[in-house]
Amino acid sequence: MDFLNAIVALSNFVLIPAIAYGSQLALGALGVTLIYGILRFSNFAHGDTMAFGAMIAVMVTWWFQSMGLNFGPLPTALLALPFAILGTMVLVLITDRMVYKFYREQKAKPVILVIVSMGVMFIMNGLVRFIIGPNDQKFADGERFIISVRDFKAMTGLKEGLAIKTTQGITVVVAVICVALLFWFLNRTRTGKSMRAYSDNEDLALLSGINPERVVMYTWLIVAALATTAGVLYGLDKSFKPFVYFQLLLPIFASAIVGGLGSPVGAIAGGFVIAFSEVTITYAWKKVLVYLMPESLEPDGLVQLLSTDYKFAVSFVILIVVLLFKPTGLFKGKSV
Amino acid sequence: MTDVLKNTLLFAAVGTLILLTGLMQSWNSALLILNMGLISAIMALGVNLQWGFAGLFNVGVMGFVALGGLGVVLTSVDPVGEAWAAGGIRVIIGLLAGAGTIVGAALVYQNLPAGRSRNLLLILVLLGGFFLYRAIFDPGVAAVETVNPAGTGFLGGLGLPVLLAWPIGGLLAAGAAWLIGKTALGLRSDYLAIATLGIAEIVIAVMKNEDWLARGVKNVVGLPRPVPYEIDLQQSASFVSRAEGLGIDPVTASTLYVKLGYAALFATVLLIIFLMAQAALKSPWGRMMRAIRDNEVAAEAMGKDVTRRHLHIFVLGSAVCGIAGAMMTTLDGQLTPGTYQPLRYTFLVWVMVIVGGSGNNLGAVLGGFLIWFLWVQVEPIGLWLMEMITIGMAEDNGLRQHLIDSAAHMRLLTMGVILLVVLRFSPRGLIPEK
Repeated sequence: MDFLNAIVALSNFVLIPAIAYGSQLALGALGVTLIYGILRFSNFAHGDTMAFGAMIAVMVTWWFQSMGLNFGPLPTALLALPFAILGTMVLVLITDRMVYKFYREQKAKPVILVIVSMGVMFIMNGLVRFIIGPNDQKFADGERFIISVRDFKAMTGLKEGLAIKTTQGITVVVAVICVALLFWFLNRTRTGKSMRAYSDNEDLALLSGINPERVVMYTWLIVAALATTAGVLYGLDKSFKPFVYFQLLLPIFASAIVGGLGSPVGAIAGGFVIAFSEVTITYAWKKVLVYLMPESLEPDGLVQLLSTDYKFAVSFVILIVVLLFKPTGLFKGKSV
Repeated sequence: MTDVLKNTLLFAAVGTLILLTGLMQSWNSALLILNMGLISAIMALGVNLQWGFAGLFNVGVMGFVALGGLGVVLTSVDPVGEAWAAGGIRVIIGLLAGAGTIVGAALVYQNLPAGRSRNLLLILVLLGGFFLYRAIFDPGVAAVETVNPAGTGFLGGLGLPVLLAWPIGGLLAAGAAWLIGKTALGLRSDYLAIATLGIAEIVIAVMKNEDWLARGVKNVVGLPRPVPYEIDLQQSASFVSRAEGLGIDPVTASTLYVKLGYAALFATVLLIIFLMAQAALKSPWGRMMRAIRDNEVAAEAMGKDVTRRHLHIFVLGSAVCGIAGAMMTTLDGQLTPGTYQPLRYTFLVWVMVIVGGSGNNLGAVLGGFLIWFLWVQVEPIGLWLMEMITIGMAEDNGLRQHLIDSAAHMRLLTMGVILLVVLRFSPRGLIPEK
């Protein structure tokens, strides 16, 4: 019984939150890695693209709610998601036309593009703050839990409770669907294959008659969809706050680099590596250990390796260790 | 138009903008812009050293600036004797144990042959060291933080004159830069960017949470000042009579006097750092740096140790940012870790360097003044603009309210547009590198 309780406590506080957070990071990192693979620069504006997409979703959700439209037990934001994706697609395509295209034609160095993306970051951040303000916005509705602690205890008779929030369930389901679609697209469709060819060898792809502007456009469309989905899921799970998305930039980049920049599988693996390490290292293990250890050995303190405020430090240390020992990441990425 | 004339005109234009602020708003705000402009110019010089001279992409400026601020607290605040007695020694020993663990792990890694036994020993050293460190460190911290938590609750500083804090702030930043440079500089440029972004966040997290160090988010206020206090000036008979002789009321005169004092100090530091940076740029060392920046492979083939040179300039540039950070904290008179934000302290400095002209010290200084002026003034201008746009709408119109309330967020938008426009139409900045 104690062992079961320990497992339940572990799932409740570590596994489930880490899986949800990992899915969000993986979706974010996929966007970063695609931009890196096709357009060959690190997009600093990615966090703010996520914020922008989530912002549209929040506003469409409010509009639906004011009309009395809802999605039953699921959050209304899921209905708003397609609109948000469309809005973000328009924004990134405009950005690409007005800003990035010029430098692409000039064949500017990647680092110049990174600085340009800093400018875009400022503008998007400003836009989001301008439109919705810098404050917390709650927009989750519908059923709060798939299983609540009380139901779980009544069902199993265990001392420990297990809660699965609807948002966590949705995050995982939506992430799986997104990733499946993305891989189907990259591996099975003509456009997806041309994207991979372009990413592998630009010159060869151009020689085989692949239109680079088309590849770039599809990349931006996919990135917009991924970023918006990641942004909305994160916002549903925690809450929507523009500044937080900017701070997500670090774990997202860490995920993409740990997995290997330019490698989609790597981005997903990296997302989960970062999420699990952040959660396990900042979790107070006492609750789990109490069940597993004999009473005489029970720990006095919280058995928390690092306070939660240092979660950035965790992604950072993993990033540095991977870079030092395996500079191209876990799944061979590009090293330009 | 010769370069000298053009540069003089550009600086005169920025000077005029600040003078106009004085005439139209108040001399106090003009001097405030001048003082922060001087500090921004120094930060821009630091980033220009790294980016303009050596092409290093450092987006962790905020961390180094914050470390400079921490330097002020550690240098100039009086030590809290009670806290030192309660657990100060223990904290220091704990930190040494932590550092020893890392050195030990590095030694194990370097000196033993690769294999399973080395990995096991490495994990053992790291884990054992970590728990040892926590066992020594945590009780010490708890003891220190319980000493009068509302007033102090930290170890305090050394009680030295505050001007000494500026070089010490620079040294602190340089130390952190050395550590990060040693690990991340061998990697490619994007990775350095992400690594510096991360280290800056960690520095801020440490300063926010380690209350024993500098009170965390409880802030350290009332830091010593290198200039007299306004209230003392107002009470000194000679100052009051002199102010009245000039026809200014004593209260305004005292605030102006204090700000001018800061301006003089900051200008001196800026001048020294600028002259040093100019000398460095023109020296063989500066030429070597630019050669490395323009073609690393060729420079390496000529026998230059690229990574080592990069480490030098990375440490130097970060130290300059640290000095600027220490000066800023001195000007504020308080250390508030909660207010450090990457957009303001990292990316804004980058806008200054790019707009001013990367690779040119004069350009960096100009960019520092100009962008800081805009950063401050865009808000009132935006507000005015919004009021103009919405003038036809009813007083209680929702859109009008929203637009006017959001005017404060115009500055980020403006900075982004300025950066993109400069990058597009004048990518080498206002005063390009020669």
